[in-house]
Amino acid sequence: MVAAPMQDAALLDGGFADPVFDAQAAFVRIMNAFARPGTIAELGGLARPPRPVSPAAGAALATLADYDTPVWLDAAARQAGMADWLAFHTGAGVVDVPDAARFALCCDPAALPALGQFAQGIDAYPDRSTTILLTVDALDGGLPLRLAGPGIEAETRVEVAGLPADFAAQWHENARRFPRGVDLLLVCEDRAMALPRTTRVMEG
Amino acid sequence: MSALPTYNFAYLDEQTKRMIRRAILKAIAIPGYQVPFASREMPMPYGWGTGGVQVTAAIIGPHDILKVIDQGADDTTNAVSIRAFFEKTAKVAVTTRTREATIIQTRHRMPETPLAEAQTIVFQVPIPEPLRYLEPRETETRVMHALEEYGLMHVKLYEDIARHGHIATTYAYPVKVEGRYVMDPSPIPKFDNPKMHRSPALQLFGAGREKRIYALPPYTDVVSLDFEDHPFAVQHFEQPCALCSAKGVYLDEVVTDDRGGRIFVCSDTDHCEERRAAGFTGPQDGSGKADSPNGPAASEGDAS
Repeated sequence: MVAAPMQDAALLDGGFADPVFDAQAAFVRIMNAFARPGTIAELGGLARPPRPVSPAAGAALATLADYDTPVWLDAAARQAGMADWLAFHTGAGVVDVPDAARFALCCDPAALPALGQFAQGIDAYPDRSTTILLTVDALDGGLPLRLAGPGIEAETRVEVAGLPADFAAQWHENARRFPRGVDLLLVCEDRAMALPRTTRVMEG
Repeated sequence: MSALPTYNFAYLDEQTKRMIRRAILKAIAIPGYQVPFASREMPMPYGWGTGGVQVTAAIIGPHDILKVIDQGADDTTNAVSIRAFFEKTAKVAVTTRTREATIIQTRHRMPETPLAEAQTIVFQVPIPEPLRYLEPRETETRVMHALEEYGLMHVKLYEDIARHGHIATTYAYPVKVEGRYVMDPSPIPKFDNPKMHRSPALQLFGAGREKRIYALPPYTDVVSLDFEDHPFAVQHFEQPCALCSAKGVYLDEVVTDDRGGRIFVCSDTDHCEERRAAGFTGPQDGSGKADSPNGPAASEGDAS
């Protein structure tokens, strides 16, 4: 594949200003988000990916993606020029097949492929699965959800707006595949919230 | 401007940190499952905590406060050298006090002071595979974990009972995590196993030579394997710590002379020092005072 010429000089911009410490700061927040599902990681002010990709998703990919991690992008992220931004700032290549991706970036939740289409890992190596960065409308003021599972003392309440319509059923299916399954990082502008595969999501 | 090139922050290069960080996230997402990672050679031999050091290097930031313990002690060779390593390569603040630390790297103990939500504990692990001495082939143990086939481990514990009358495993006592994966808690005494259960702190495990990372998120169920008629029980000590009179803590036996003299003292040196600073004394603390626990007021005259 011939690399497309960089259309916009802005793509050269927006990576970490201080790669070592910005990546460390972002990682610890993301790690704590995965260790404590339902808590919000503040990832603003670190990366400026092309819109409509959220700064939180940009920071997560700048922290975790590199030439070892194929990334799947949805149509909205591709149109924004995210492939060029990723190539320049992380060295990560873009794949067309969700099943081949270590990370997936979805800017349009309505167009999210079924979670089962992404890499699930295998029973002996369930870690070889896709981590999906899913853009949602809001991480407060939306559909009330109760979360339970490892990392949560008893139960925690969150509100998420803009999840795909059939999310509850898909997440239930994902849990049934345990220990295989995908992990989610819900992103919205500067903030992120993790849903590892072990988290049980209940409405109400 | 610095004249000489220096190490990258916390020694590891950024690509290595990213690789370890990705492994840590998957380890947290699958509690108790061993994630393979591309362990690097470190400037210390395997067996000196290279797995724990790599995990710590991948998570530590300039504002962290690091505590390193080896068998509970802050002042043994392994703890001193790893602490010095991070002071040199990451220029982080270090402490011996459990409460002050944000990251605690440990070899073979959990501190007596309960951990808090804001803390992360990193275990150094020599053999991450709990089934390894029962089945030497990695290909087989992978399948056993995949199929949740843990009968062999119960047979091993049963053979302990048949031979010794009780489960004779005293350290690296296998645990089941969230009802799914059997996990090696690292060679901590089984005394510490209950501290892992639903701990508010994030627990990370690094095995450098064996190239594995695994994790326990906070509030994760960690149950020591046992039988209904032989329930799991921790060690009990007949006497309190000889220096601080602490009871219900893990004690080390220290030989004091060549005529069979011995005392039992806290394995957790920070816990013992804090108690003595608060005025608790034991029969061997050198003050020649009473051998029963004294309140803080009773020992104000102690000079040491």
